[in-house]
Amino acid sequence: MNVELIGLTKRYGTAIAVDAIDLKVPSGAYCCLLGPSGCGKTTTLRMIGGHERASAGEVVIGPKAVGDAAPSERGTAMMFQSYALFPHLDARDNVAFSLKMRGVGKAERRAEAMAMLDLVQMGHLAGRLPAQLSGGQQQRVALARALLTGPKVLLLDEPLSALDPFLRVRMRVELKRIQTELGLTFIHVTHSQEEAMALSDLVVVMNAGRIEQASDPRTVFERPATAFVARFIGGHNVIRLPGGMIAVRADRMRLGAEAGHAAMPARVVAVEYQGTSVHVGLDADGLERPSEGSAALTAVLSDVDFAARPLRPGDTVTVGWDMAAAHRLDA
Amino acid sequence: MDRPRGRAFYLLACVFALYVLFLYGPTLTILALSFQGPSGGLTFPMNGVSTHWFAKLWEGVGVVDIWAALRRSLALGLVVMALTVTIAFYAGLAFRKGFRGAGLVFALAVSSLIVPSIVVSLGIGLEFRLLDDGVKALATATGWGFLQDHGTLMGLYSSALGAHLTWTLPFGLLIMFAVFNRFDPAYEEAARDLGATGAQTLRHVVVPILAPALVGVALFGFTLSFDELARTSQAIGGRNTLPLELQGLTTTVTTPEIYALGTTTTAFSALAIGTALGLTLWLQKRRARRALAGLRP
Repeated sequence: MNVELIGLTKRYGTAIAVDAIDLKVPSGAYCCLLGPSGCGKTTTLRMIGGHERASAGEVVIGPKAVGDAAPSERGTAMMFQSYALFPHLDARDNVAFSLKMRGVGKAERRAEAMAMLDLVQMGHLAGRLPAQLSGGQQQRVALARALLTGPKVLLLDEPLSALDPFLRVRMRVELKRIQTELGLTFIHVTHSQEEAMALSDLVVVMNAGRIEQASDPRTVFERPATAFVARFIGGHNVIRLPGGMIAVRADRMRLGAEAGHAAMPARVVAVEYQGTSVHVGLDADGLERPSEGSAALTAVLSDVDFAARPLRPGDTVTVGWDMAAAHRLDA
Repeated sequence: MDRPRGRAFYLLACVFALYVLFLYGPTLTILALSFQGPSGGLTFPMNGVSTHWFAKLWEGVGVVDIWAALRRSLALGLVVMALTVTIAFYAGLAFRKGFRGAGLVFALAVSSLIVPSIVVSLGIGLEFRLLDDGVKALATATGWGFLQDHGTLMGLYSSALGAHLTWTLPFGLLIMFAVFNRFDPAYEEAARDLGATGAQTLRHVVVPILAPALVGVALFGFTLSFDELARTSQAIGGRNTLPLELQGLTTTVTTPEIYALGTTTTAFSALAIGTALGLTLWLQKRRARRALAGLRP
């Protein structure tokens, strides 16, 4: 089912956590709410799920505004950041919990729970307690438990942040597979732009309670709407020119002879080898550093190009970019 | 950090040993002396070893019915335990949610620990005397038959129960505070997300998860009540609890019988706590073992 937010607002006293946001998530989409901590993404998710009361505005799920309906009456299910598996119940009884609350008989609810555990490949560990499962296994159980309620929209609060990097990538694939197979709408909160890029049909970049940009991942990366988006999504240099701000992808920067007409002299301050590419940090007069300790500009060179013309910290080099690669920013 | 232990270690170890001795020394002394020989006295040296004094105890101690007092203490302890667990649990829930005047209610509850026990006890005694005066005045004024031979409202399950609750409830509340502090509200949110009502969430999620802590509060409530003396002293009414009888006996009984009684009651408390802990551990182990056996249930 599609989800629509209209002027959704959350205030805590005088502080505004979510500031009148509007958003349409089409049915069956994988939507990521992306932003730094404190940007209001989790509060937004909790308001959609009915775990937080909206101060103003509306959440519309499918055909109707849900208002103050209880979480279980919205057609949503939530996967909590810590998974919140009940420690006194084994995996199967955790998954069967919603059926038990509805008064479904023991044999029937256990059979349904087993079927769902098989879907997430956890059937063989159905008798384990949460404490006896690894992080990734716990997550599968939490997913099965949420799915058993038959949600139209699944809400995921930083589902991968507790996993180690290797497992994170595997579970990412798994989430996408299940979402596609079941045709559900997923709304997934994350602070990892990599995760958002890999998973979503719709990336919603949030900052300070507002939506900076809501678009497909490619548009967000190719044409970031604001300087914040360009910096947060990474891989971009945000450059202040007399005529306004532009973003240039780090891999479209040109060094030395290829620097072109916009070339300026720069000092190499950092060289990081990354395998297939090399990241070169540069400082130039008149350009501010985005944050303490990072270079004003970053150029990403292929390892072959770098090997042909190696650079070392302290070297001076001219830097520029293709006019076509420069993207004008709103603010 | 595999350095040899310094002087500080041995010094602190000595302090700890002294502490343990101080803590258990009296109990061990009483334990030893309760096995005093038949011709032995109230102090060391031991004059032989026997269970003579336990046998004497079994026959009864003079005019005092010690077993009736033990039964009263047990019954009162169980009632205090049940009330303490129930009230402290719900109070903990209320304080976690927060309400107007929470700070004041908390201060009032805890101040009961600061006021000297004997003062609380005297106050309760006086309070009940006022109530009794009121009932008597009512009896005179109305002439109602059932009020005419009114004695006192004081008793085991009125004034004594109240006195014990002034002692156990603040402790129970403090423990529940600590427990709820570490309780992740996500469990309750998950339960509600899965369609549980408030009552179902309490029954199927909160209580089972907190069960070990609730058992702890129960044991605490029971043992605090079982050996309470000062608060009960002025608020007990006609029939004494075991600690009060024991205090009385110390002035009249001059044989190691009293030690045998001490050993018996201590064993009783230890047994109650040991059983509860053992049962909890056994249940946990069994649950874990069954799950790990990989039973596809």
